[in-house]
Amino acid sequence: MQLGVFSVGDLTTDPVTGHEPSEAERIQAMVAIALKAEAIGLDVYATGEHHNPPFVPSSPTTMLGYIAARTERLILSTATTLITTNDPVKIAEDYAMLQHLAGGRVDLMMGRGNMGPVYPWFGQDIRNAIPLAYENYDLLRRLWREDVVDWEGRFRTALTGFTSTPRPLDGVPPFVWHGSIRSPEIAEQAAYYGDGFFHNNIFWPKEHVRRMVDLYRRRFEHYGHGPADQAIVGLGGQVFMRANSQDAITEFRPYFDHAPVYGGGPSLEDYMDQTPLTVGSPQQVIDRTLGFREVVGDYQRQLFLVDHAGLPLEVVLEQMDMLGELVVPVLRREFAARRAPAAPEAPLHPRVAAARAAQSSAAAAVTAGAAATSVEP
Amino acid sequence: MSSAAVRSLVVVSAGLSQPSSTRLLADRLSAAVDRHLRATGIEPRLGVIELRDHAQDLANHLLTGFPSPRLQAALDSVLAADGLIAVTPIFSASYSGLFKLFFDLVERDGFAGKPVLIAATGGTARHSLAVEHAIRPLFAYLNAAVVATGVYAATEDWGRSGDAADGSLVERIERAARELSASMAAREPVTRMDKFADPVPFERNLHSS
Repeated sequence: MQLGVFSVGDLTTDPVTGHEPSEAERIQAMVAIALKAEAIGLDVYATGEHHNPPFVPSSPTTMLGYIAARTERLILSTATTLITTNDPVKIAEDYAMLQHLAGGRVDLMMGRGNMGPVYPWFGQDIRNAIPLAYENYDLLRRLWREDVVDWEGRFRTALTGFTSTPRPLDGVPPFVWHGSIRSPEIAEQAAYYGDGFFHNNIFWPKEHVRRMVDLYRRRFEHYGHGPADQAIVGLGGQVFMRANSQDAITEFRPYFDHAPVYGGGPSLEDYMDQTPLTVGSPQQVIDRTLGFREVVGDYQRQLFLVDHAGLPLEVVLEQMDMLGELVVPVLRREFAARRAPAAPEAPLHPRVAAARAAQSSAAAAVTAGAAATSVEP
Repeated sequence: MSSAAVRSLVVVSAGLSQPSSTRLLADRLSAAVDRHLRATGIEPRLGVIELRDHAQDLANHLLTGFPSPRLQAALDSVLAADGLIAVTPIFSASYSGLFKLFFDLVERDGFAGKPVLIAATGGTARHSLAVEHAIRPLFAYLNAAVVATGVYAATEDWGRSGDAADGSLVERIERAARELSASMAAREPVTRMDKFADPVPFERNLHSS
């Protein structure tokens, strides 16, 4: 089970203090959060990609490359990469380069974006969102898997004798997740290729999440990638914690009430009831998160949103400390205990898998050594 | 038509006060449609949606992008309906904002060919053409099969008697109800495709692009 954080990268005024962060401040905060993710033992940091204010992360591989240089084991990912408006050739190149620099610690989540004008700004038509996601990703896969590509499609200029460089690290392309909140076509796409499917359930009721993941699992099996329970599923989550749950609610409420995505809408209590948003004690976060498994089955990746709606960086880092000390160890233990023996882990690049294996056998040797020492007279 | 034929009839009422004249009109219309359907051997299953009960959830849905479970059930019942009666008060020369909010949030694809009876209430007869120039185009946009007679009830109409041939409110209700029930009876029951149960196969979409 991979646990991590993902950031939208919104530049939002703190509704409590009135502080308006600068772009410079927000970008550095995102880096600090990524470094913290590694420090507290999380597996994944994923950044959004946006091309309009109030969001800062337009250039994910620049940011992830910088984070890669300052981390050792964190997997760097996206939430999401715009497969609709980016040139798939440039995605193939940029992420292969990042993969080399990060020693294989890279995967991607494909998405379509949520802001209409981004399509025409990049020369596309939003009515083609699904066909763009299909055609561009099909080309991206080929660029990573075939050394020389001849290709012709509807949305970009044809390619004859094109080689995308650098080639994927050790010939293994980055693993890909497909993210969608409401489009069954994207669950179908993930299933067709046997890729991962990520449901950003933080905005949606669990019955809907269940239907989307069920569709993906069923079609994963249909397309011959193995039984439905071998499909690779990721979920979002959104938490704010304090030792005392009422303190968490009191402190978070103004951020909820003014947040760009749900401000002015339902009450915090209704929203928590209808979506995975959990504002409360660490134990409540643990219980709620373990409950996701009841909805979608054993799953492979859980990403938490912790840094949005104008929350100050100090508070976000405190939240991450609580996550690392009180939540993550329990989630690891409990997910492992409940997991079906045959349930897969999310695929890792072979170099990363080897490093993990070496690390855990070294840790086991140290433990065994310590045990041996302790029984000596 | 066999005696087992069943059709669902859903009434959407955007009246605000309780009791409301909008609901009063809606009830008169649904009772008349019920009678006509039964006369043709169809057993109606009637559902009533009072939009006032969903006002907060409608605003929340607009802001968050997903409906509450209760609103979801209401939206689903409209899409699954074999016939719809939609009634609104006329405010500022058009349907009420609450009425529009609801139909903004129903999936447009679910309306193609659906028989719909449109009706409205207002203080005086001066607003009666709002049925034709505001409500009818909304349902035309949704590709609904709106019946020819739209019903408008001014306050004064409730103080008049009428019969089936005199152009009164009573006569218009009868005519519209007869049209809606005939339109419902002429159509196969609605079956909704579940895009989560039966997705479009990947290669069909990939190669259509």
